[in-house]
Amino acid sequence: MNNFFAERRARMIQLKERRKGKETDVPRKQAAKAVFGKCPDCGAMVPKTELARTLYVCPKCGYHHPVGAYLRLSMLLDSKSFRELDEKLTAPNALKFPGYDEKLQSARRVTGLNEGVVTARGKIDGRTAVFAAMDSRFMMGSMGVAVGEKVTRAVEYADRAGLPLIIFTASGGARMQEGILSLMQMAKTSAALERFSQHGGFYITVLTHPTTGGVTASFGSLGDVTLAEPGALIGFAGPRVIEQTIGEKLPEGFQRAEYLEEHGFVDQVVPRGQLREVLSRLLMLHAREEERDRG
Amino acid sequence: MAEYTPAERVKIARHADRPGTEDYISALFTDFFEQRGDRRCREDKSILGGVALYKGHPVTVLGHRKGKGLEGHMACNFGMPGPEGYRKAQRIMRQAEKFGRPVITFIDTPGAYPGMEAEARGQGEAIASTLALMSTIDVPVITVVIGEGGSGGALALAVANRVLMLENAVYSVLSPEGFASILWKDASRSDEAAAVMKLTARDLVDLGAADEVIPEPAGGAHENPNAAFVAVDRALSRNLLQVIRKGDYAAQRYEKYRGMGLSRSRKEGP
Repeated sequence: MNNFFAERRARMIQLKERRKGKETDVPRKQAAKAVFGKCPDCGAMVPKTELARTLYVCPKCGYHHPVGAYLRLSMLLDSKSFRELDEKLTAPNALKFPGYDEKLQSARRVTGLNEGVVTARGKIDGRTAVFAAMDSRFMMGSMGVAVGEKVTRAVEYADRAGLPLIIFTASGGARMQEGILSLMQMAKTSAALERFSQHGGFYITVLTHPTTGGVTASFGSLGDVTLAEPGALIGFAGPRVIEQTIGEKLPEGFQRAEYLEEHGFVDQVVPRGQLREVLSRLLMLHAREEERDRG
Repeated sequence: MAEYTPAERVKIARHADRPGTEDYISALFTDFFEQRGDRRCREDKSILGGVALYKGHPVTVLGHRKGKGLEGHMACNFGMPGPEGYRKAQRIMRQAEKFGRPVITFIDTPGAYPGMEAEARGQGEAIASTLALMSTIDVPVITVVIGEGGSGGALALAVANRVLMLENAVYSVLSPEGFASILWKDASRSDEAAAVMKLTARDLVDLGAADEVIPEPAGGAHENPNAAFVAVDRALSRNLLQVIRKGDYAAQRYEKYRGMGLSRSRKEGP
């Protein structure tokens, strides 16, 4: 929550500066961009203040804008309950992949994140859980060693503390620049979740746009309960790869959240506005008896 | 041993005459009984599995099958499994645990099949649940990468106590073509991709993703399949014995994958 206000403050300062700079040639479009968000789906220009009120869902067509990890958690958690885990964790460039260090640095500068996932302990309606939120702005939310390690540590934290685990996925898949070690994160995270499950741990996956590749084929598909945001693209292979393989266009709605629900891979597609209530109910339903009516 | 470039090794790993899973099974095992079908909806020939004797002891064998000749390739979908293949593998692995048999897997796939039906039936879920299962079955698991180890479709059968790789086998997060196409928007730069991807057997051992390199006959396994069978047999039996002696199979495997990429540092929290 603190972060949410910090972001807003930063944006206000930015806006003021832009407004001042109007005489000194800031292009109009750029100024408009700071105040309005254009819906990529229906093209509606919606004031950003309104978007913040609607949790970044287009009020005209219901399109769910991707949201960053901190914003996601600030929208859901009880105020002042956020406590980040492994905030500083990063991984070395093990393959010495050319240009990767620079790419990481620029992703860090642009997003203000250290890596593609934020893990935390927090509360919803007074019930404590462990959270992981991926951020698709950070190198497409790709999973490298650091992302795999942070997710695994979050699982282990939940396991040790006997807490439920909620993961929001948003990922293009494995991080190419970390090669085979990225792939191994699929085994690492899946193994940790299986162990958590065997110990009776409760795990909710919330699939958000887009979730593909190695994340779908590991922790994204292992929830006791799997939720998805409306319209989210969810699949193993990306649509472009499938089209190239089969040599034809894919039908409308293929690999969308609603399609997955229809095919039996998602419990419920939940609009963002209802997510907090649904998660709260699920936490209550899986709470120990003595804790059920609390909160 | 000849020194090949990574791109040359990719070509050898994909050579049409390179021995496949079915060849290793008939050379190294006896009394093989093939188990077909996922008990859900179909039989996926791109994964071959069943029970056999290895040195006189029952084991479960599993592997990707590319098929021989054009017809064989087509029937086996060029070794690219759909969800049914992975679900069959799970069925077979559960039985291995039930009957206390070691599991030996052979890896040789370009990757899981990226098709519409595969997606509709949950390719991602099938791979994820196979990874989860393989990480916990409490029997020894040995994997031999014999050809191509392509992405999650390979890993789904390769969560093992020991991962052995033939000298010219390759194992990577994505095919060099796919890699070049994603990073440089140009699939024809695959040789260049192979050079930076660190996908050879030795690279994988250096990175901790594989445990041992099995030497191949000059020119590659297809030049002298019998020599390759002998080499794989030696490495397999030695590693299997070591794993059995160590015991605690699931726990050992967990610790191995837990350490992938970063050494475990101090834990936070409770």
